[in-house]
Amino acid sequence: MSVELYDFDQAMAEFDPVLGLEVHVELNTVSKMFCSCANVFGGEPNTRTCPVCLGLPGSLPVVNAKAIESAIRIGLALNCEIAPWCRFARKNYFYPDMTKDFQTSQYDEPIAFNGWVEIDVDGEPFRIEIERAHMEEDAGKSVHVGLSGRIGDADYSLLDYNRAGTPLVEIVTKPITGTGAKAPAVAKAYVAFLRDLMLALGVSDVRMEQGSLRCDANVSLMPKGATQFGLRTETKNVNSLRSIEAALHYEIRRQAALLAGGGKVHQETRHWHEEGHTTPGRSKETAEDYRYFPEPDLVPVAPSPEWIAELRETLPELPDRKRKRLKAEWGFADQEFADIVNAGALDLIEATVAAGASPAAGRKWWLTELARRANEAGCELAELAITPAQVAELQALVEAGTLNDKLARQVIDGVLAGEGSPSDVVTGRGLAVVSDDSALAAAVERAIAANPEVAERIRSGKVQAVGALIGAVMQEMRGQADAAKVRELVLATLS
Amino acid sequence: MNELLRATASELAGMIADGEVSSREVTQTHLDQIAAVDGRVNAFLHVAADRALAAADAVDAQRAAGEQLSPLAGVPLAMKDIFCAQGMPTTCGSRILEGWLPPYDATITSRLAQAGVVVLGKTNMDEFAMGSSTENSGFFVTHNPWDNTKIPGGSGGGSAAALASFEAPLALGTDTGGSIRQPAAVTGTVGVKPTYGGTSRYGVVAMASSLDTPGPCARTVLDAALLHQVIGGWDPMDSTSINAPLPDVVGAARSGDIAGMRIGVVTELGGEGYAPGVEQRFAEALEALQRRGAEIVEVSCPSFDYALAAYYLIMPSEVSSNLARFDAMRYGLRVGDDGNTSAEEVMNLTRGAGFGAEAKRRIIIGTYALSAGYYDAYYGSAQKVRTLIKRDFDAAFTTADVLVSPTTPTTAFTIGERVDDPLAMYKADLCTIPSNLAGNCAISVPCGLADGLPVGFQVMAPALADDRLYRVGAALEAELAAGWGGSLLDQLLASPAGAYLEGGLR
Repeated sequence: MSVELYDFDQAMAEFDPVLGLEVHVELNTVSKMFCSCANVFGGEPNTRTCPVCLGLPGSLPVVNAKAIESAIRIGLALNCEIAPWCRFARKNYFYPDMTKDFQTSQYDEPIAFNGWVEIDVDGEPFRIEIERAHMEEDAGKSVHVGLSGRIGDADYSLLDYNRAGTPLVEIVTKPITGTGAKAPAVAKAYVAFLRDLMLALGVSDVRMEQGSLRCDANVSLMPKGATQFGLRTETKNVNSLRSIEAALHYEIRRQAALLAGGGKVHQETRHWHEEGHTTPGRSKETAEDYRYFPEPDLVPVAPSPEWIAELRETLPELPDRKRKRLKAEWGFADQEFADIVNAGALDLIEATVAAGASPAAGRKWWLTELARRANEAGCELAELAITPAQVAELQALVEAGTLNDKLARQVIDGVLAGEGSPSDVVTGRGLAVVSDDSALAAAVERAIAANPEVAERIRSGKVQAVGALIGAVMQEMRGQADAAKVRELVLATLS
Repeated sequence: MNELLRATASELAGMIADGEVSSREVTQTHLDQIAAVDGRVNAFLHVAADRALAAADAVDAQRAAGEQLSPLAGVPLAMKDIFCAQGMPTTCGSRILEGWLPPYDATITSRLAQAGVVVLGKTNMDEFAMGSSTENSGFFVTHNPWDNTKIPGGSGGGSAAALASFEAPLALGTDTGGSIRQPAAVTGTVGVKPTYGGTSRYGVVAMASSLDTPGPCARTVLDAALLHQVIGGWDPMDSTSINAPLPDVVGAARSGDIAGMRIGVVTELGGEGYAPGVEQRFAEALEALQRRGAEIVEVSCPSFDYALAAYYLIMPSEVSSNLARFDAMRYGLRVGDDGNTSAEEVMNLTRGAGFGAEAKRRIIIGTYALSAGYYDAYYGSAQKVRTLIKRDFDAAFTTADVLVSPTTPTTAFTIGERVDDPLAMYKADLCTIPSNLAGNCAISVPCGLADGLPVGFQVMAPALADDRLYRVGAALEAELAAGWGGSLLDQLLASPAGAYLEGGLR
C-alpha cells in the first residue's frame, strides 16, 4: 500500500487547514463516575468492578459529585459558561467493552460550553474557541489476542472492565482556522496547554502514555482563501504530543495529495501508527446512529450559582498566566524560556527559585544535568528523585565553594541513589573540595616530581602543558580540588 | 380449612409474634399449597423451599431470643422474577437470562430480608414485564385462579395468581403501565403502584426506567400498606428515588376515613370499549364510597386519550436501550460461540434466539422512535404528551383529592385470545398508563364480579400522596365486604370453580 504525500510547504501554499480537536481527560477522582469502585489505572483484570460498572441487570448509576466538581472547574478554567441545568444522555451502540451497550454521556446539554483559551506558538498567540466540555464514562478495555493484536485477525479477545466507568471530561474545540502551516504546532501546543491546565487544576494525572489524556485530531483542507470547509478525517490513537504534531503533518500532506490530484477526501476515522502514518478505520459516511436520549436513570445536574462561584475561587493561577508572570520576573530570552516550558521544567524551576536559587542556576541544573538523567531513565523531570529544594541546596554548596561542578554531579548521583540531601551526600561520600593549600601544595610537589619532563617544558615557557600536571593532581585528590587553584599553584611552584 | 392460608399477612404476623404459630409452619403450609395447586396455576418460575425455610427458622430464632420482630416478620412472600436476589435464579421471564444467578440483592430484597419477610420463590411474568397476560413469558403461561382458561393479567400475572390461589399472602410486582394493577384487577386482589421514586428500582431489572415502579401486591388493602411500609422510602443507590418520608400508608389503611373526600371520576376512562359489567360494578363502588361520606365529582382529562400512544413510544424507546446489555458477553444465554463466529455475530444470534416476539417488537419500535430524523416526531412528541398528561392530572387534583376509574376496561380475557393482536392486548392498560406517565400513584381494589370474573376499581392520587390510595381503598374494601359478607376471594372459594384451591386449604 503506497500513499501519495504532498510536500508540506507546497500543501500550505495551496490549502488552508481547519482543525478540530477532541481531548478526553480521565479525572483522578477517588471513585468511578457512577459507582464506588476505586478509580485507579490498571490492576488485575476485572478486580475493580461492581454490579454498577459491570452493567448487571437491575443496577443503577449514581453520579459522583466530585466528578461534577472537577468538570465545572475545568469549564471555568476554559472560560466556559456553566449550564445551570443539564442532563446525561445515553449513547447507544453495541460493543463488548461497553457493559450496558450504551455509554452514559452528555449530548446536547453539556455541563460547560462556549469557552476559549489563548495559547502561544513560538511567541505567536492563538485563540482557540471551546465548543463544549462534557462529562462521560470510559469503556472497558478489549485485548485482542492473536498475531497482530488487532481485532480483525485476533484469535480471541479478552475483556477487562477495570476502566469501565472511569470519569471522563471531553473537551471539544470549535473549528480552528487561520493557523496556516502552524496547524500541527498549534494542535500540539493546545494539547500541551490542556495537559498543564489539568495538572494545575489537580483534576487529572494527564498521563498520555496511560491514556488519561487522549486526543482525537480532526483536520480538513480547503483551497487557500476559501470559506467552505473541506471533508475532514478524524485521527485517533494519538497518544503523545509529538504524535499529534506528526499525525496532523501527515494527514495534511495526504489530503493535499488527494485534493491536488483531483480526488476527494473520505470523511472517516483514521488510526495513527507510531511508525509515522495513518490508516483508515470506520467510515463516517455510514456513521452509526447513536440514538441519543436523556438518561432516565439519572436526575438532572443543576449546580447552584453559589457553588459555581465557590469553585471559581478554587481555581489556581492558570498556566498561561503563570508563564507570562514568570517570564517577566525571570527575564529570560524567548527561546531560553520556551526551552524551560517545553522541558516541563517551569514548576520545578519556580520551586527551585523559591528555595533560594537564582533563575539562571535553576535553569542550568534542570535543563542540563537533570534533563540528561531524566532522559537516561526515560522519565519526566518531575519524576526524578530529587526535589527543587535539594537542587537549590546543591547550588548553594557550589556557590560557597564547597563543591565544583564535577563534584556536584557526584552529589546528584548520591541524591538520586537515595543517600539523602546534598549535604548528606557531601558528608557521606567525603566529597568537599579540598582547599587546604598545604595538602594541595604537597600533591603539586609530587606531581612535578613524577613528571620532570612536563615540568621542564612549562619552565621553558610552554604553559599549555600545565594541563597534564593539573590532571595528575586532580587524580590524586580524587577530584576534590578546585582546578583553577591547582593551576595557580603549579605555575607558582615552577616559576 | 387451613386458617394459615386464609389468614391475611397482618394476621399471620400477629400470630407469629404472639407465638401461636411458627414462621416455619406458616412457610411450610404455603409451600405445601404451592405443591398442591401450582400445577394448575403455574404462578411460580422458581420455588426456593430450603431458603424460605431457613429464613423462617431465623425469624423463629429471633422470636425465641426475645428480639423485637418487624411488623411482617415471618410472613411468606412471592417475588416477581424481576427482583435480584443474590444466588436465586432471576430470569425476568426471559430465556436470555436463563441460569443467571445475580451476585447482589435489590434494595427491596435487602429490606425484605431485614424485615424478616420470607421469600417463597420467583413468580412468572411476561418477558421483561412486557405484556398484560403472562403469555409473553419465555417459559409458560400462568392461569387465572378464577378460571384456568383465562389470563391472570400481566406482566405480574404470577404474583397476582399466587395471591388469588392462596400460595402466598404477599407478593411483589413492578408497574410500568399497569403490571401490578391490571393483574390485581383480573384476579380479585389488591395491587399498588406507588409514586415513582417512592420505591427503589435498584436491583429491579429495568424495562422502562422512567416508568418502572416496584410495588406491593396483597389480598387486603392493609396488607399492601404493611408491605409498602417495608419496601418503600429513599434509597441512595437509586438517583431517581425521592428523599422524602413515606406517607403514613399503614395508618391510612387502618383508618379508611373518607368523609368529605372529593372523588373525581375521569370521564375519559369509561364508555365505549368498556364492558357493561365492569361499568356496572364501578358505578356501584362509587355509591359505596358515597355511603362512606365521600363526594363524587366529574373531572375531564382530555390528554388521557393520547396516553396509550405516548406510552408506546416512550416505553419501547427506553426498552431498546435497557435491553441492549443482554448481549451474551457477560452473563445469561450465549448462542453460536463456536470459536469461529465474531462477537458481533454471537450477539446477534443470542438476541435472536433469547428474546421473544414482544421483546423484539418493542426493541424495534423503540430503536426506530429514537433514530436520527424520527426522534422529534416520535420520542420528542411523546414526551410533550407526557407533560400534557401531568398537567391534566394537576388540574384535576385541584377539584378532586383522588381520581377513580375502572382498573381495566374488561375482565380477564381468554388465554390465546389477544396473542395475535398486540393492539388489543395494549388496550388492557388504557386506564393504568396515565399514572405511570405522570409518576403518580394508584391502587386497584376488587369491586365485584362481572360474569363470574373479578373487576378492579382504580384510585389515583398525586405523587407522594400514596396514603390517600389506602384510605379510599380501605373504605371501599370494608363497605363492599359488609355487603358481600366477606371478601371477594371468599366467593371464589365458595364456588365450584375454586374447589381445587381447597385441596391445600383443608
